[in-house]
Amino acid sequence: MPLVNNMAATRFRVAFAATQDEDPEISLKNGIATHPAIGNGKLNGYASLASDLHVRKRRVVDTPTSYKSKESFEKISFITSALTHLGFYFLMFLGFVNQLLFTPKVAQEQNRKGYAPLYDQFEVFYLRYVYRRIRDCWNRPISSVPGAEVTLKDRVTHDYGWSFKFTGTETRCINLGSYNYLGFAESSGKCAEQSIQTLKKYGCASCSTRLELGNMPIHNELEKLTAKFLGVEDAIVFGMGFATNSLNLPSLITKGCLVLSDEKNHASLILGLRLSGAVTKVFKHNNTNHLERCLREAIVHGQPGSGKPWKKIFIIVEGIYSMEGSIVHLPDILKLKKKYKAYLYLDEAHSTGAMGTHGRGVCDYYGIDSRQVDILMGTFTKSFGSAGGYIAGTKELIDHLRVHSHGHTYASSMSPPVAQQIITSMRIIAGEDGTDAGRNRTKQLARNTRYFRRRLNQIGVIIYGNMDSPVVPMMVYLYSKIGTVVRTLTGHGIATVGVGFPATPLMAGRIRFCLSAAHTKEQLDYVLKNIEEIADTLGLRYSRKPRDPNPIEYYSDSETE
Amino acid sequence: MSSKFIFLESVDLLSTIPQYHLVLGTFLLLWVAWLTVKRRYNNRQLPELSNDEVERKIANWQPEPLVKPIEKKYHHALKPKLVSTKVGKRITVNGKDCLNLGTHNYLGFVGSSEIEDTAIAAIEKYGVGSCGPRGFYGTVDVHLELEEKLAKFMELEEAIVYSYGFTTIASAIPAYCKRRDLVFVDEKINFSIQKGLDASRSNVKYFKHNDADNLKNLLTQQAEEENKNPKRAAKTRKFLIVEGIYMNTGEICPLPDLVKLCREYKLRIFIDESISFGVLGKHGRGVTEHFGVPRHEIDMIMGSLDWAVASIGGFCVGSSYIIEHQRLSGLGYCFSASLPPFLTSAATKSLQIMERNTEIFDTLKQKCLQFDARLKELTSFCLSGFAESPVKHLYLKEIPNHADEWELLNLISDKCIDNNIAVIVSAYLETETTPPRSSLRICVSVVLEDVEIEHACQVIEKCTEAVLSSVK
Repeated sequence: MPLVNNMAATRFRVAFAATQDEDPEISLKNGIATHPAIGNGKLNGYASLASDLHVRKRRVVDTPTSYKSKESFEKISFITSALTHLGFYFLMFLGFVNQLLFTPKVAQEQNRKGYAPLYDQFEVFYLRYVYRRIRDCWNRPISSVPGAEVTLKDRVTHDYGWSFKFTGTETRCINLGSYNYLGFAESSGKCAEQSIQTLKKYGCASCSTRLELGNMPIHNELEKLTAKFLGVEDAIVFGMGFATNSLNLPSLITKGCLVLSDEKNHASLILGLRLSGAVTKVFKHNNTNHLERCLREAIVHGQPGSGKPWKKIFIIVEGIYSMEGSIVHLPDILKLKKKYKAYLYLDEAHSTGAMGTHGRGVCDYYGIDSRQVDILMGTFTKSFGSAGGYIAGTKELIDHLRVHSHGHTYASSMSPPVAQQIITSMRIIAGEDGTDAGRNRTKQLARNTRYFRRRLNQIGVIIYGNMDSPVVPMMVYLYSKIGTVVRTLTGHGIATVGVGFPATPLMAGRIRFCLSAAHTKEQLDYVLKNIEEIADTLGLRYSRKPRDPNPIEYYSDSETE
Repeated sequence: MSSKFIFLESVDLLSTIPQYHLVLGTFLLLWVAWLTVKRRYNNRQLPELSNDEVERKIANWQPEPLVKPIEKKYHHALKPKLVSTKVGKRITVNGKDCLNLGTHNYLGFVGSSEIEDTAIAAIEKYGVGSCGPRGFYGTVDVHLELEEKLAKFMELEEAIVYSYGFTTIASAIPAYCKRRDLVFVDEKINFSIQKGLDASRSNVKYFKHNDADNLKNLLTQQAEEENKNPKRAAKTRKFLIVEGIYMNTGEICPLPDLVKLCREYKLRIFIDESISFGVLGKHGRGVTEHFGVPRHEIDMIMGSLDWAVASIGGFCVGSSYIIEHQRLSGLGYCFSASLPPFLTSAATKSLQIMERNTEIFDTLKQKCLQFDARLKELTSFCLSGFAESPVKHLYLKEIPNHADEWELLNLISDKCIDNNIAVIVSAYLETETTPPRSSLRICVSVVLEDVEIEHACQVIEKCTEAVLSSVK
């Protein structure tokens, strides 16, 4: 495994250089000059290294007004779109023929003759004859910590995807699939050690709910720390991120309320809204104009039927949209929220920890006081490398949840070692441990994100979303290309995620890369080299935007701010 | 070929087209035009109102506050009891060292060094979180191991593991029950099933608690209705959802009768075995083993890893035909990060201990019976629930001077904690369909000694007397 050795060595070098942040010269070298092995003085075939001066000239200045220009959802040509549809219908047709000719090798329901069929016909057909063809691209089991690299267990199918067998071998891959934004998925080091200590002290679980006998000092400590980290009055934590949304929305939103929900909102939000019984209206993704139209219409017309005014209007958005890679237009939405007196629920599942110079999420990213958002929600699964979720806001709000939340009353309390992992990692991010290790992680993530996204743009593939978002969806459109890209990349030691219909629109199959602070430039370069190759063989260079002819620099610390 | 000729040719063609084609074409054209116009019309914003009026309306609209101030009766929830030790046999509640009768640690696995060592080894190998949903590199080998183990333990084909007990049940139900399906459920069903039913949007029919005859009546009524429209009935899926042991009452479901009804009226049956899993039966396989009902008669068994297994998470077991479906349709499975590997390993270890040490279930049964007999002797409480159930609800026999039952029970619970016995009042939300009656809930664990059971009952008796006499 020469690749892995090389990476381990460079990681050491980066770690070494990162400790000397105060000297821009050295850290600059860390970014560009410490890897002569790749390209022999050329960056992936592009000519000549840049001088110091050149890098500094290309400094990027963030202004709050520039955020919209950083976002891109490039349209594709009519012909690609037509081909995608054609390809999909062809696949369906083949599946249909397949279904006529071959009986599926799957379990049948026993002893239930005469019962109404349990599953929808089309659903079964889709799963068996369309999805099965690329079934091997998902649910790949791993057998290591999901860090910058991950070990996949190899499996083979001898019957075209109906079943899988493990070969007993393993593949080490660069991990661009896990939500390990700040690289806290670690099996050793401070986080793991302290979690083990806590496990010894408090055990794995409490077998009780928070309101009964599952309330431990560590939970209170975590809630206080979360509130402080986010800069709000109070917070409440739950043992599962998904449940944080689905079990708390019903206690906040009731009948007679209107919810304006972004069309790309996560399933947990949609489920929570369904349980709440409120009227939900969907507005176009990140489209503040449409949102404003909806707000005006709602206030003017009131509730359907009776015309009574709405009790409350909620706007529900996410910080980073996990499938689109876009960042919410928070400043505009806040303006609308104030103008129309609506309440804002911000789901920061992917953005908390990962965005902003202090890792405090999108509010930090835009430089907005987080108290302006009424309800802040987030998960600990991603950036903090743990599990669970939180809701934060005013003391009144949190007290209301402590009394009325379904999760707080009926679900088991958060496992103590899980809570400890969050506390330790949050302290590191906030710099409370007295080092700038956390700061370096957020910086490294921002740097990796910029570099990776720019390089992809240069390659000419279409990527969605905001230039600063660590979630990078690369569009491949065709259903069959999703499978091919994921398989080929895995074959080259790169673990990525493919997403297709029905998780995305039929037309918009994509490959998603999740960047991490744990990735080194060498790893990213290796990935990019492979993407470039596959973009040629599969024809993924869909983008019609002008491409940057200059080599893309990997910014040093001083340049990213 | 000249263009003129082509033109003539096409005119010629036009005349040969049958009349009805032209009529049909014209009609289609008109229809498209009508649709386009209609859509435009619908898209028009705010008809009939002038801009000023709109602005005035917007300025005048005042929303209700985000949350209402908390009523005083709920203030207890803001200060839950603080447990500052492991939640094992003895716990420290609000600084008092108590015998634990409040947590669902039936098999006494909390604090087991064997399980803890496994969990620690898992953290050292996999870290704490799994950083992804099962589909996206969140499936760790330990998850597969646990699923295999669960299926083997229950002697069924396949198991699926969720990352949270509550969400397991609330997700598994809407994966099968859809709009227009018919679900029969017990009226005392727990909250997670209620939420699952809400999410499914199915038609729900409640039958009286544990009353198979009442269910039969409902089913016969339904059968009569179906006879009127057999075509539609053939497409309506029907389900029965019950709990093995009811969380809210401690009763056991009359499974053999229910299964018979299910076969007769073609219902599929799902059982929530959150409590009964790892408790009932010779090998702890739950209510099916207890009654000797063949497990293939049950379509799906749902359970929680939170209680007897002493980890976190939930699972469903059944035939592959049923369970496989959830891997893409179980919302809480697909869209949530997977269970942290160390909790998965801990659960696997617990199952191993359960397999190895089957006498533990017999011990638990004895303790439950013993506790049951002793609690029945209490003067001011009536005990509900199945004798072998580890969950016991104590309801006050009479409430003096219109005092609030719930407040009284809390006073008793506090007093017991002062006397080193941790007993709690079960926490409920008012939003439940039928809010259960307040009760002291006692959870039996195998680690309790006979002397401790005796002592605990004495303390409860004494504290209750003291509290009741003070309000009289």
